[in-house]
Amino acid sequence: MSAGTTSTGPVEQAGRTEPEVALAVAGLSVRIDTAAGPVLAVDDVGFSAPSGETLALLGESGCGKSITAQAVAGLLDPVARVVGGEVRLGDVEMLGLTPSERRKLAGPELAIVFQDALTALNPVYTVGTQLAEPFRIHRGLSARQARERALDLMRRVGIPEPESRIDHHPHQFSGGMRQRLLIAMAVALGPKVLIADEPTTALDVTVQAQIMELLRDLRAEHSMAVVLITHDLALVAEQADRVAVMYAGRVVETGLVREVFREPLHPYTRGLLESVPAAGRGDRLPSIPGAPPDLHSIPEGCVYQARCPMVQDICRTQRPAPEAVGEGRTSACHFSKELRHG
Amino acid sequence: MITFLRRRTLSSVIPLAVVVLGVFCLARLTGNPASLYLPLNATEQMRQDFAERNGLDQPVLSQMADYLGGVLRLDFGESLRTGQSAGRMALDAFPATLQLAGFTMLIAVLGAAVVGSWAAFKPNGLADRVCSTMSMIAASVPDFWFAIVGIWIFAVTLGWLPTSGVTGHGIWILPIATLVVRPFGVLVQVVRGAMVSALSSPYVKLARSKGADDYRIVTHHALRNAAAPALTVAGDLTVGLVNGAVVVETIFGWPGIGKLMIDSILQRDFAVLQAAVLVTAVAIFVLNILIDVCYALLDARVRQAAKT
Repeated sequence: MSAGTTSTGPVEQAGRTEPEVALAVAGLSVRIDTAAGPVLAVDDVGFSAPSGETLALLGESGCGKSITAQAVAGLLDPVARVVGGEVRLGDVEMLGLTPSERRKLAGPELAIVFQDALTALNPVYTVGTQLAEPFRIHRGLSARQARERALDLMRRVGIPEPESRIDHHPHQFSGGMRQRLLIAMAVALGPKVLIADEPTTALDVTVQAQIMELLRDLRAEHSMAVVLITHDLALVAEQADRVAVMYAGRVVETGLVREVFREPLHPYTRGLLESVPAAGRGDRLPSIPGAPPDLHSIPEGCVYQARCPMVQDICRTQRPAPEAVGEGRTSACHFSKELRHG
Repeated sequence: MITFLRRRTLSSVIPLAVVVLGVFCLARLTGNPASLYLPLNATEQMRQDFAERNGLDQPVLSQMADYLGGVLRLDFGESLRTGQSAGRMALDAFPATLQLAGFTMLIAVLGAAVVGSWAAFKPNGLADRVCSTMSMIAASVPDFWFAIVGIWIFAVTLGWLPTSGVTGHGIWILPIATLVVRPFGVLVQVVRGAMVSALSSPYVKLARSKGADDYRIVTHHALRNAAAPALTVAGDLTVGLVNGAVVVETIFGWPGIGKLMIDSILQRDFAVLQAAVLVTAVAIFVLNILIDVCYALLDARVRQAAKT
């Protein structure tokens, strides 16, 4: 089963069973109504996340990765609307569900960890109340039973002295502890898919490592598929099994992280990787010239044409579709084959 | 919480003292009571006697000392009009105002919580536009206009309700209906604004991601966060009502503190006026303390800030 294709069933491959696909997104498009008119913030995005693995959605700010995550989780703001595609969670097509059917899956099947834990936690309730909420809503537990489960969760995610801290409010916790609380809430009901939207951006590096370790342990425990939304190449290299690189609302390259990072087959991915500072490299740090296109005026042809060092005439007239460029790899570039050999 | 209350009470003492002094001085600016209580052709002797009898012949400073000493003993002197204890008169009038204010704010707050949340649920939707326009009108039209129109329609034309009086339940309807309009309009706008921002907050998104339904989102997650700004405004509005809904009490002949104050000013009844103002001032300080307690109950961050 390859990241980036649209098929959903498990595929037998040369004696090895690929892990079951927990989340498959295909052709997803999201339109946002802005003051300057509607924009297609997410355009024909596809990827699939297998159980027990981490798929990274990698891209710079504004590339649509968070909108994609929110569209999958059904949490888009009112100005944004899914205008096409499908999101399959196991056997269920999410986009066709009624709001109440969707609510039944929110928590037990699909959960999300937000970037800024301080604003994501409700300031006026104790963390115990908030941790107990999934059990109250979905399992119908009594307040006392749910509180016990909340304590278990706090122990599981490594919050010291849970018995006394359960009655504290979010502002009394450190940033790392708050992120642990968010993660605890997300895994409360053992979801099959966990979307982590920049879960460590607001944290310092040591805490970041602890949080990622916790996520990895929980992934193994629940054999969850983790979708990691990030702009951090190092984090992708360390944590993810697969990567889908996004640019201007589109997926430009997908594949196993080690393969994509060893030999990127899209000029954007290559540009990103070349921009990583390396120790002992004394010369000037290369960067990708220019800026991503304004979503109001996406050019005809390839979205990356304005910044691409390899741009040709065809790039200005024809939009390259994602093509298979190897086992489980796709690239949306007319010249991906040249990249491989060049 | 006890420390908080004690400190809050102590910090009210100085402003209260200022009120006590201020009302003494201002009352004397309204004119000489003698010319009002004595016949037009009163002799100088009659004026002297009147002043002596009521202590008005003393120098202002010694009048003030008498007054302050009385205040400390909770003795405000006697009414020039009725000879009754001024403090007694003010305390007797106050419950009528408090009841009026209490019922009015209860209806306004509950109504605004429902209507404001409903409007905020779909910003710029039909319900929101209707509610916003209506609440703007409600908040802008002066209450005496509602009072007069209300009397004209329901009391005079239809004859359903009494215009004034002190017996029966019917007498509550027009004054409360008149008083509730503006606080309701103002509060709908405040609640709507606070709810719009609460409903678009990340914690509401998190609650949705946990499978909370719309009802739970509004009542559990958003409303309590939106309560603080609404509480501030509701507190101000209540202070306005407790201060004596002067106009409405006068129009409906409501025997409250506002009417008592107006009457004592018109009659130069200094002792009663001073007592009435002081009772109101104490009530407003108590109300403000209660509002602070409500903040603390709503939000742990306030509670902890108060401790330090």
